[in-house]
Amino acid sequence: MPEDEDQQQHVAAQRESSPQPPPLPRRPTTIEEEDGLRPPLTPSGSVRNFKGSPRPPLQSKATTAVSQVDVLGLSQDASPSNNQRSRSHSRQPSGRLQSRAGSDDDTASVRSVQTLAPGQSGDIESLLDDVVGAAATETDEGVEERDDAASLDTSPLQNIRDDLDESFSSEFEPVGSFEPDGSNGELLNRQWRAKLKHYLILSSAGKPIYSRHGDDQLISGTIGVVQTIISFYQGAQDTLRGFTAGDARFVILSKGHLHLLAISRLGESEAQLRAQLEALYMQILSTLTLPTMEKMFINRPSTDLRRPLQGTESLISSLADGFTRGSPATLLSALECLRIRKAHRQVIHSTLLKCRSPQLLYGLVVADGRLAAVVRPKKHSLHPGDLHLIFNMLFEADSVRAGGGENWIPLCLPGFNNTGYLYMYVSFIDPETGSPREDIEQPLDGRKRDNEIAVLLISANREAFDEMREMRDKVVDQLQANGSLAHIRRAIANGRSSCTSILNTNKADTKGADTPAPIAHFLYKSRANVQFVMPSAGPLFSSTVSWRRLISLYARLQGALHGKTTHLKVVHVVTGGASALAWTTPTFEVYVVAGPRAGKHVLAKAAMGVVQWARREEERLFVVGGAVF
Amino acid sequence: MATTGNKNINAKLVLLGDVGAGKSSLVLRFVKGQFIEFQESTIGAAFFSQTLAVNDATVKFEIWDTAGQERYHSLAPMYYRGAAAAIIVYDITNQASFERAKKWVQELQAQGNPNMVMALAGNKADLPDARKVAAEEAQAYAQENGLFFMETSAKTAANVNDVFYEIAKRLPRVQPAQNPSGMVLMDRPAERVASASCCS
Ligand SMILES: Nc1nc2c(ncn2[C@@H]2O[C@H](COP(=O)(O)OP(=O)(O)OP(=O)(O)O)[C@@H](O)[C@H]2O)c(=O)[nH]1
Ligand SMILES: [Mg+2]
Repeated sequence: MPEDEDQQQHVAAQRESSPQPPPLPRRPTTIEEEDGLRPPLTPSGSVRNFKGSPRPPLQSKATTAVSQVDVLGLSQDASPSNNQRSRSHSRQPSGRLQSRAGSDDDTASVRSVQTLAPGQSGDIESLLDDVVGAAATETDEGVEERDDAASLDTSPLQNIRDDLDESFSSEFEPVGSFEPDGSNGELLNRQWRAKLKHYLILSSAGKPIYSRHGDDQLISGTIGVVQTIISFYQGAQDTLRGFTAGDARFVILSKGHLHLLAISRLGESEAQLRAQLEALYMQILSTLTLPTMEKMFINRPSTDLRRPLQGTESLISSLADGFTRGSPATLLSALECLRIRKAHRQVIHSTLLKCRSPQLLYGLVVADGRLAAVVRPKKHSLHPGDLHLIFNMLFEADSVRAGGGENWIPLCLPGFNNTGYLYMYVSFIDPETGSPREDIEQPLDGRKRDNEIAVLLISANREAFDEMREMRDKVVDQLQANGSLAHIRRAIANGRSSCTSILNTNKADTKGADTPAPIAHFLYKSRANVQFVMPSAGPLFSSTVSWRRLISLYARLQGALHGKTTHLKVVHVVTGGASALAWTTPTFEVYVVAGPRAGKHVLAKAAMGVVQWARREEERLFVVGGAVF
Repeated sequence: MATTGNKNINAKLVLLGDVGAGKSSLVLRFVKGQFIEFQESTIGAAFFSQTLAVNDATVKFEIWDTAGQERYHSLAPMYYRGAAAAIIVYDITNQASFERAKKWVQELQAQGNPNMVMALAGNKADLPDARKVAAEEAQAYAQENGLFFMETSAKTAANVNDVFYEIAKRLPRVQPAQNPSGMVLMDRPAERVASASCCS
């Protein structure tokens, strides 16, 4: 698949190493499209290595971390102790924005509302100028700058990635099996090669453990080649981490006795693919625990791990397909929460605390696949990677949900402790009545059902089912009585907000017609909470293909922000079908996407609008800290 | 353990058997009257409760649908401990699943509640052409070991309710209060073994 080389691509970037002094933020230097921003592409057939690249593993900071340590230049500049303030610094509000990470009190968000209140938009604009100011001077090379909102055109976006065509919708169709006479081998191979994404897992002894596409017979050749290449490098006391061949990127993650391989033609970066492989590895650990798996391989290096993993293939596949379909949660290593009033969330939290069984380790209320509330011990927070595994098991794979009963599931949460099991009580409740859900709703094979509320109670005691069940009864009774179920139900029904309604909440007068948002979609990640928020996908991104295009664009921006050679704070990308801007600070990351003709300043202003909104609504959008005991 | 009160009996029931034998499908059929062609393998265990009226009592089953995967084996005692009844399920089209069922019977005989009502269910009886385990063989085995036997089909519903109904009838009707030791007396010896056997 040819890369969209001919598209206009301009990246306005700030480098950490940029030598220029303040004003805030440092003057960005634009860089042309380079390695590190885009997947390095080499002529078909050639193989190119990329080794090294230490990348933080998927299991990142806890959801409830209060502050993040990777303070970048931006916040140093913004800190009050910095007396080299520029003109704009002294009157722009970013200092408060930057310093919000550590403060947990409500007043801070109120203050940020004030500083960003209407009437001070001049300040905002000047901040924006600072953020993208220099970039603007560098985008002359063929990009039409149109900052007047009237000329914006957010509808196309079909061409976020021109070459991702409708064939992507057959990505998830199974490759067939061999006829007994082997006559269809050619066809199967063609089907297999047509897949844009492959995941293979094999043991270091070369035994196949998992393949997303194709049966053993079909993949045996590939497994052999992969095994040979890996051991060639190992023989040379070297570790092969990946290479590109043609338009396909190969990434290998070697963990103990396992090799995990991803092959992608979706333009994902090495780091992104590596994070995906880490998640698959965590899923395997979640089933077996690390010591158990290691013991198997030590006792018998030729162990066939498929047996002990039997029945979890569907979990691995639903994780893998989530990545291929496009998962903002994995891209951002963050969790999405149910938007609910702060006071309402507090009621749920105090209910959880009141009903807490002494056997409880973690308790979660999840609605519509999003976290509504969490109760946890003071000294333990939950890892996004672990939560992702749980959410995948409960809401993406059908194993648990389709059963319709209450469940008691032993599982290892590797981010918490990869050596032992915890026991998870799961009950899906009917949001209307609060009783355990009785019917199995159709369609059984469809996507996520919308109106589900799940209560998850995790204990370290395998015998604690009855206690957990009792706690569930109490919690649900009280949530019903105190109106929380109704609030959750309403939040589910409201769904995610649209870009337009979100950006209009920043306007001075709340009356009057909504101005259509200049952007079509955004992602906002609160680093302190390790959580993210996004608007409704809307009709624009409702199809598998358009959603994948959007995610590919986000992935590219994310890759540019967190590339191994570049650490950029602002990235601006224009393709044939879309323009997009990403901005990272120590406290947040924001990504906005609009039609191809939206100018940088329009994007930046919208990004700022999203930031304002997210700041103001922080305790509605995110579970801040959770209920702690 | 089965407990009674005003002829209301609470009975813990556990389903055991090989991967894919059809435990979840039997429960789904019994509890919800449904069947899923591509039922996913159970993770951990699932819990259901279902009430059944028999002539003289109302039996509330607390059903544990366990996972057949080998890696969950060590958790099994947690589910059969204190169970008043067990259904050991195999797939009539799969000889290995029958062997596995015998292993479960042995384990229950060795470790389970001695008064447990045990049923052997030869499932997928709707697939006679693929049959690998003869009904007679299973019947004989059940008789020898004091189980009652039925061939069932979760798909067609044949004999599914019957298994649970038969268990309900066989459960002891004794007040636990009169039984402080926890011993449960059988008011009906297992003389009716296999009387309800066979599929339609
Ligand atoms: N034809 C037919 N298929 C059945 C019947 N019962 C179950 N199946 C199918 O057999 C497969 C396995 O059934 P499950 O109910 O998941 O088996 P299980 O014993 O719960 O398996 P584990 O949870 O892995 O231990 C599913 O695809 C069912 O649709 C039956 O009576 N007839
Ligand atoms: Mg099952």
